[in-house]
Amino acid sequence: MAYSEKVIDHYQSPRNVGSFGKSGEVKERSDIGVGIVGAPECGDVMQLQIKVNDEGVIEDAKFKCFGCGSAIASSSLATEWIKGRTVDDALNIKNTEIVEELSLPPVKIHCSVLAEDSIRHAIADYKKKNGAGDESDAHAGEHTH
Amino acid sequence: MTPTLPIYMDNASTTRTDPRVVEKMLPYFSEIYGNSASRNHSFGWESEGAVDVARRQAADLIGSGPKEIIWTSGATESNNLAIKGAARMYAKAPSGNAGRGHVITAIHEHKAVIDPCKRLEREGFEVTWLEPGPDGIITRAMVEDAMREDTILVSIMWANNELGTINEVPAIGELCHDRGAIMHTDATQWVGKMPTNVDTDNIDLLSFSAHKIYGPNGVGALYVRRRRPRVRLEAMLDGGGHERGMRSGTLNVAGVVGMGAACELCSEEMDAEGQRLYALRTQLERSLVDSMDVVQINGNIELRLPHITNISFGFVEGESLMMGIKDIACSSGSACTSASLEPSYVLKALGVGDELAHSSLRLSLGRWTTAEEVDYASEKIRAAVEHLRAMSPLYDLHNEGIDISAIEWDAH
Repeated sequence: MAYSEKVIDHYQSPRNVGSFGKSGEVKERSDIGVGIVGAPECGDVMQLQIKVNDEGVIEDAKFKCFGCGSAIASSSLATEWIKGRTVDDALNIKNTEIVEELSLPPVKIHCSVLAEDSIRHAIADYKKKNGAGDESDAHAGEHTH
Repeated sequence: MTPTLPIYMDNASTTRTDPRVVEKMLPYFSEIYGNSASRNHSFGWESEGAVDVARRQAADLIGSGPKEIIWTSGATESNNLAIKGAARMYAKAPSGNAGRGHVITAIHEHKAVIDPCKRLEREGFEVTWLEPGPDGIITRAMVEDAMREDTILVSIMWANNELGTINEVPAIGELCHDRGAIMHTDATQWVGKMPTNVDTDNIDLLSFSAHKIYGPNGVGALYVRRRRPRVRLEAMLDGGGHERGMRSGTLNVAGVVGMGAACELCSEEMDAEGQRLYALRTQLERSLVDSMDVVQINGNIELRLPHITNISFGFVEGESLMMGIKDIACSSGSACTSASLEPSYVLKALGVGDELAHSSLRLSLGRWTTAEEVDYASEKIRAAVEHLRAMSPLYDLHNEGIDISAIEWDAH
């Protein structure tokens, strides 16, 4: 499969790889939201962690990804796009924009869907920790394939 | 020293045609171009003579008589002709009380065996699909348990194309002969690499192909036993009655000459080549297994062809791994290279977990693989695995001592 230059660039130099601590530690922190989507048996798992300040702005984001090059690029791009946005604004990011930016072929669209889902899950987790408890957001991006 | 890039390590997929083979083929395009079935002029005789030489060369490689070689377009056609041709010919024997007869094969055969067997099922035959153990091997005992009164055909590949694992074919053949069933083996990966004798190995039908043994694409052969027992097949291509009536069609003389030449080279060189490739594969596997944790070689470690290795690198997805080693041509069991999300059905058949199946590479060495290439490849693979593990959430969980299989994933 031929990858676009942008996918290759994100694969070779992924942006914002990492986490804000071990899974047990970040669970305790109310300024951090965690979204983990996908499953190992499906060949892709994305983990997105967002760090939100008092104004509700995502001041930092970190990702980890087990998946193909397009999945890595989608999650890397997602961290770039959400940094500096408010949590509500970040929810406006659509998977189709990721598809367009990375020139993903049809068989790789699910990678962009996963990236969008990881944003929604991370924000829902943050809101839940902070008492907003909007459960519907957590499942808004649920999909099948 | 950096070897010339890219490096070819996908010889189980196809091989480079040996230049010595190409040289033998060249006169058979524009200089000697007669139809080998033309009986009444010298152009035809000359081509027929070349085909006869090739038939002898192919027969010598597998210990058969030359008249038992049927030329085809490749192993897919050979498998189709063997399986459907034998089942349809012997359909009502020995008894018709259970449909049209019983066929035994295995779930991790090549698609060119699985799909003809599925067609037979639709035509009223019953098929038993054997499942291998975790080592991938089909044993005589497994076949014996599945044998019935009305079993007409057993089709078990000699060596598996994804794993290189070797089934108990001679013992299964012996069982078939005791029970009056026909023994077919898809020997595409085996022949030319390992010594073969259809008589002492108890084979009735054997498929092989030129392009896996440094010959050209588009030509293969089916061995069809002529004595004890004489095996008959219903033809799939009807026409001029070529190839003892089993496969009509003007022969691809240049291709046949190439396959013959490729067979002859294998007969002469396979022992030394097998030892050389075994040493190189050992070097490759050892360097990978020793330098990283959670690296698993799939399939039986001992009963394997010397040139194929199938390795899973835990917590790393196969397609992204291949992206990181783009100078090394190989295959992956990952699903991501296709539209389906299913990983390799062969690895699944062994009970390899889906996440390890997604993480697998098949590397297959060949006649021109060098030690420098193996060193380069293992270094590149190690670097790519480390790059990807640094961003793998699964590797983090593993390092935190969390069992990934115990987590309830949001499966989609």
